[in-house]
Amino acid sequence: MAKKVGMEVSVAIGEAVKLANADVVAAYPITPQTHIVEHLASLVADGELDAAYIPVESEHSAMSACLGSAAVGARTFTATAGQGLELMHEVLYVAASMRLPLVMTVANRALSSPLSVWGDHSDAMAVRDTGWIQLFTENGQEVVDNVFCAFRIAEDQKVLLPVMVHLDGFHLSHVIEPIVFPEQSEVDKFLPPNHYPLVLHPDKPVTMGDFAPPIIYSEAKWAQEVNLRASKEVILQTWQDFGKAFGRYYSPVESYHTEDAKVLLLTMGSFSETAMTVIDKLRGEGREVGLVRLRLWRPFPFNEIRQAVKNAETLVVVDRALSFGGPGGPVCSEVKSALYGEAKKPKVVSFVAGLGGRDITPAGFEEIINKGIEISQKGSDNEFEIFGVRE
Amino acid sequence: MTKPEGELTWKDLEIGAIVTEPGSAAQYKTGDWRSQRPTYDFAKCIKCALCQIFCPEGCIHQNADEYFEADLFYCKGCGICAKECLTKVITMVEEEE
Repeated sequence: MAKKVGMEVSVAIGEAVKLANADVVAAYPITPQTHIVEHLASLVADGELDAAYIPVESEHSAMSACLGSAAVGARTFTATAGQGLELMHEVLYVAASMRLPLVMTVANRALSSPLSVWGDHSDAMAVRDTGWIQLFTENGQEVVDNVFCAFRIAEDQKVLLPVMVHLDGFHLSHVIEPIVFPEQSEVDKFLPPNHYPLVLHPDKPVTMGDFAPPIIYSEAKWAQEVNLRASKEVILQTWQDFGKAFGRYYSPVESYHTEDAKVLLLTMGSFSETAMTVIDKLRGEGREVGLVRLRLWRPFPFNEIRQAVKNAETLVVVDRALSFGGPGGPVCSEVKSALYGEAKKPKVVSFVAGLGGRDITPAGFEEIINKGIEISQKGSDNEFEIFGVRE
Repeated sequence: MTKPEGELTWKDLEIGAIVTEPGSAAQYKTGDWRSQRPTYDFAKCIKCALCQIFCPEGCIHQNADEYFEADLFYCKGCGICAKECLTKVITMVEEEE
């Protein structure tokens, strides 16, 4: 019987990693992720989780230790946030390029400077192209569920890639939520043991991350790209199997009251839950609005996005990160790319909001929707707007 | 390696381009980096092995007559052997000569 408990989401992640029976945790504490690895350190120290906990001197070392651990076939977990994710940056590429399955939760945090420990998606967007599978979550239950799914996806023989599970720093990491935990036997059934096919072992030596001259580098990169794209099939199957086993279904793009909606709002992460209450309110007032929530960030679900928004007249995209000197919001930029070749497509309006932990209230989302409709009808000189910025 | 590197397609690579054959770096021809190659006047050679000790590539071995000579498959043409040789046996010449 599954148990429902009230628990801080960070602590719940630690419990999920314990249920997933991780062999190695190598991590460095950083706000707002600290409670995750703090709880895991306690579980290991108290003998509740039979794992090696490697306290390292930096996030660069944390990810490097994870490479070694995954390379010998150990089930490997780490967590970080913001500046910590950036310090890992070069090693993130190595993990994905060497096809090492490991799981990392990222409590998304704004980047310095000015220094901010509060949440937005700047850190996630800066590691967009590292080759990791990246999932976004909206509440504590989704994070816990997707920790199990992430291990299964990462370790699938057809995938063998690292997976990042993003959760909004503070807005999600530090709240206490009701969470249903599966029984150990149910997790064991859903998540088979990890069998990395080419482990580092003296009996059968291999060289990982070797140097590749120009004659072979392109082939190595194309193999990686083909593999990351193909991972989507396994991601879909894993979510399907998870749904069958536990009754909670996930998909790359999730629609909320999009049927017959002329105006769609598109969000990613925990703010989607606030947006849903606003859609409920506006629907109650008879307005034809809906919400599209993006869950799978990499590999990007181009077709699912096209299907989800094709019948709308206006699509208002809310990003929680800025691409300096670029097209405004990174999510909006991707959505526009997906729609560029389509004959029938909505007018796309880009907002950047919720930077550095600033809330977007229900009234704020309502204003964003109304302003988006106005811009799509009248046009605007701006590629995008930062919502709520004081002029 | 089953095929030469230049014929491998992306499908031929192991996951993560992992190399499963130990010592395969020996197949890597560093000799084609070379712009100069060593030439020898073995009449002056005293077989002291100083060139072999200094060679950063470790590619200098004794030939059938026990004179020290670079393996041009690996020799990058750095000229350190020519600089260090006490009896001026070695002269570096441009590759096109």
